Amino acid sequence: MAQVERQQWDVVVVGAGGAGLRAAIEARERGARTAVICKSLFGKAHTVMAEGGIAASMGNVNDHDNWQVHFRDTMRGGKFLNQWRMAELHAKEAPDRVWELETWGALFDRTPDGRISQRNFGGHEYPRLAHVGDRTGLELIRTLQQKIVQLQQEDFKEYGDHEARLKVFQECTVTRVLKDGARVSGTFCYERESGRFFVLEAPAVVLATGGIGKSFKTTSNSWEYTGDGHALALLAGAPLLNMEFVQFHPTGMVWPPSVKGILVTESVRGDGGVLRNSEGERFMFDYVPDVFKEKYAESEEEGDRWYEDPDHNRRPPELLPRDEVARAINSEVKAGRGSPHGGVFLDVSTRMPAERIKRRLPSMYHQFKELADVDITAEPMEVGPTCHYVMGGIAVDSDTAATVGVPGLFAAGEVAGGMHGSNRLGGNSLSDLLVFGRRAGLHAAGYASEGGARPVVSQEQIDAAAAEALAPFHAAEGAENPYTLHQELQTTMNDLVGIIRREAEMAEALERLAALRVRAARAGVEGHRQFNPGWHLALDLRNMLLVSECVARAALERTESRGGHTREDRPAMEREWRPVNLLCRPVDPPPADPAADRIVLVRTRTEPIRPDLLALFEKEELAKYLAEEELCE
Amino acid sequence: MTAYDARFRVWRGDAEGGSLRDFTVEVHDGEVVLDIVHRIQATQASDLAVRWNCKAGKCGSCSAEVNGRPRLMCMTRMSVFARDETVTITPLRAFPVVRDLVTDVSFNYAKAREVPAFVPPEGVAAGAYRMQQVDVERSQEFRKCIECFLCQDTCHVVRDHEENKAAFAGPRFLMRVAELDMHPLDAAAEAGLDRKRAAQEEHGLGYCNITKCCTEVCPEGIRITDNALIPLKERAVDRKYDPLVWLGSRIRRRSDSDPR
Ligand SMILES: Cc1cc2nc3c(=O)[nH]c(=O)nc-3n(C[C@H](O)[C@H](O)[C@H](O)COP(=O)(O)OP(=O)(O)OC[C@H]3O[C@@H](n4cnc5c(N)ncnc54)[C@H](O)[C@@H]3O)c2cc1C
Ligand code: SF4
Ligand code: SF4
Ligand code: FES
Repeated sequence: MAQVERQQWDVVVVGAGGAGLRAAIEARERGARTAVICKSLFGKAHTVMAEGGIAASMGNVNDHDNWQVHFRDTMRGGKFLNQWRMAELHAKEAPDRVWELETWGALFDRTPDGRISQRNFGGHEYPRLAHVGDRTGLELIRTLQQKIVQLQQEDFKEYGDHEARLKVFQECTVTRVLKDGARVSGTFCYERESGRFFVLEAPAVVLATGGIGKSFKTTSNSWEYTGDGHALALLAGAPLLNMEFVQFHPTGMVWPPSVKGILVTESVRGDGGVLRNSEGERFMFDYVPDVFKEKYAESEEEGDRWYEDPDHNRRPPELLPRDEVARAINSEVKAGRGSPHGGVFLDVSTRMPAERIKRRLPSMYHQFKELADVDITAEPMEVGPTCHYVMGGIAVDSDTAATVGVPGLFAAGEVAGGMHGSNRLGGNSLSDLLVFGRRAGLHAAGYASEGGARPVVSQEQIDAAAAEALAPFHAAEGAENPYTLHQELQTTMNDLVGIIRREAEMAEALERLAALRVRAARAGVEGHRQFNPGWHLALDLRNMLLVSECVARAALERTESRGGHTREDRPAMEREWRPVNLLCRPVDPPPADPAADRIVLVRTRTEPIRPDLLALFEKEELAKYLAEEELCE
Repeated sequence: MTAYDARFRVWRGDAEGGSLRDFTVEVHDGEVVLDIVHRIQATQASDLAVRWNCKAGKCGSCSAEVNGRPRLMCMTRMSVFARDETVTITPLRAFPVVRDLVTDVSFNYAKAREVPAFVPPEGVAAGAYRMQQVDVERSQEFRKCIECFLCQDTCHVVRDHEENKAAFAGPRFLMRVAELDMHPLDAAAEAGLDRKRAAQEEHGLGYCNITKCCTEVCPEGIRITDNALIPLKERAVDRKYDPLVWLGSRIRRRSDSDPR
């Protein structure tokens, strides 16, 4: 029997990125005693890396902007697969969430009249992204972190204990969401520093663990992105939605190899940067798809004029949604018009004076100078697609962020699905974190205060979770090296379920994943439990393998191309697929044989879009997206 | 360029003690020190403890001392070392070791809690904040801080003086005080809080004798001493800064008059 410390809280938030911290602030302000738990140090979650900005239709730079325009852009970007109610709430509430940050001390860049400045970004009709140079995520996370400190200072005054009502458990990992019958009862965790196990008992748990990019070889994501929350939800019985949609950001660094995948922010293009192939052509003009033809410039001259006079010109096609740009780059490279290291050229040096580049894009300047010996004020960058974001995620209720079928379990941020449909617009994630982080915290606190008997955490569950976590130390002779398994997984996903997909390759990926699961069951580690990265990785493998299986299976099932899911063998977007959601559910009970499938796919129909929201679009535009029977309704 | 074998010495151990261990590791084109540490993990010592996150100089997790100099491992290119040079990696010296390259940085989180938060101006609704770019820029420079704590590790006031830690917030958090003090809308004064005086009396500003070592190691290039600490000192004593007064000064100083 595993003797572990148990603590009682009202709400446990797993994750200390933008979504988790915003949820925790809300829950605490609603009176819930709230624990936040995160794998890294406080203030270092993935959100810190966000660069370009946070989308909110404040209309500070162009006063034509409003929530309806933002809603339309979001739906178009997601190719109408978005959970429309989320897109609506997001567009309506984002401005308040940004303004609120200012009251907590955030300092965004300003317009000449002293308001929050907003910049252009792909897919957004007007300049919409509030930003701080190209380090917006840092500002966001620091502001939330400092707000939490402020709440703790209040509690210190009142109770003599900073952590009386809001505590951050940093460098701790959750390996299981625990349940009492159908209800959530807490989380099983280990402290990375000591390897010690502990249990946080709580009636409500918010998952805000971010994304899955570490299952791919070329990615802009950090080690934290092992899909833990996705897996925790599945293992607790909550389904995932539309996992085939993975965003490949068009511009990651391609050289040197050790930095391959590191993000080059879209602000480079938003501020005037252009894409060229090895023949010096601005090739994006050749890749404007039909659905966007009317909205984008037809000539370089028009595109260039747009930066100064956006009301009378159309935007350059470099600012198409990400999926379009990523595919175009991929095609250029394939056609032999790539740059020396297998990307294309992204140039700001001929577009802006050096001083302006350094002021508007300081971290990009720094990043290329330090890591690639490239001076972006004097020469073009080489860029190519990199795995960046997962649109798919835990299925949630739009208003409350509650998961499906597991009372007490909530999800917000990148780990939640639905909001972005098949493709996310830049800047829409940071706003998503705040809007739905707040909602998750609000409803989790409400649920936790409903009263009734607190759910109970049984000793059996604790013993099972402890045994699972210790398994890598008991691997027999010939144990598998977790690092090797991880590398093979990354290669599999990158090569077989990557930016361009084919049926046979995805089927092969599923076979390889099954083989990897068998080997992962024998993963073994050296040393002891104290801060042991090999052990941590061995535990993360379970999550990466499970989530990768979801991605591959859903991708194989969806026989069309849409947003972040591109199939060479099914190149067209099919209107019949528009109202189809693919849900991944866990096989129940979980099979003992590691080679067996862990998930089943279930098709459901999306909820019909509310008529007043549909009325925001022209009929002709809807006809391009919606299925025949939807149009008749 | 081709791959080559480089020699590394990495400190391994825990709170009880430890030693430098030798590794010979392959190095490829364009790699950074953190890549090498990862290769050691993947091929020679799977349990080698190291903190990292973004691998792009943005999160401030991977701080360590490389050949004795506090640096971010993910932003230290291998090309800055000669091929036959042995590269030595040790944990940050000013903080207690947890394991291998990981140190206990809780000192910094404790200090962060001691700085009173931003005080929003009364009567200004969310959305009605108006500030000019020139006025926010000063504090924005300090908000570039990624909390790598390299400056905290370097500052001689605490580097080898455990006893000063209680009274001294360190450059990072003195800079935080300066940041709030220079925030155009911070209403601390209206709420009866004198940040300058607090810097002096509660966060140990007087211990700083402006050696600028913190500025030299800051990976964000923040001019901590010139733009945060010296102005804060000037404002704290409400008179023009006189270097002689401060040089070597370790006496805590009361600010006698500060009407601002
Ligand atoms: C380089 C880069 C630039 C970007 N730029 C932008 C941008 O300009 N605008 C925009 O809108 N979006 C941007 N994005 C996307 C956006 O940053 C992310 O989608 C967003 O930050 C995710 O936030 P989150 O709160 O969901 O999760 P995160 O910030 O990733 O936080 C996840 C948290 O969960 C914790 N966690 C995970 N698993 C566990 C576990 N098992 N146990 C305990 N804790 C766990 C982690 O430690 C972490 O604290 C960018 C992304 C990248 C990679
Ligand atoms: S300038 Fe002050 S804070 Fe910075 S290192 Fe020197 S004494 Fe420390
Ligand atoms: S001021 Fe610079 S050196 Fe100090 S913690 Fe911040 S980023 Fe690091
Ligand atoms: S890993 Fe983030 S700064 Fe080095």
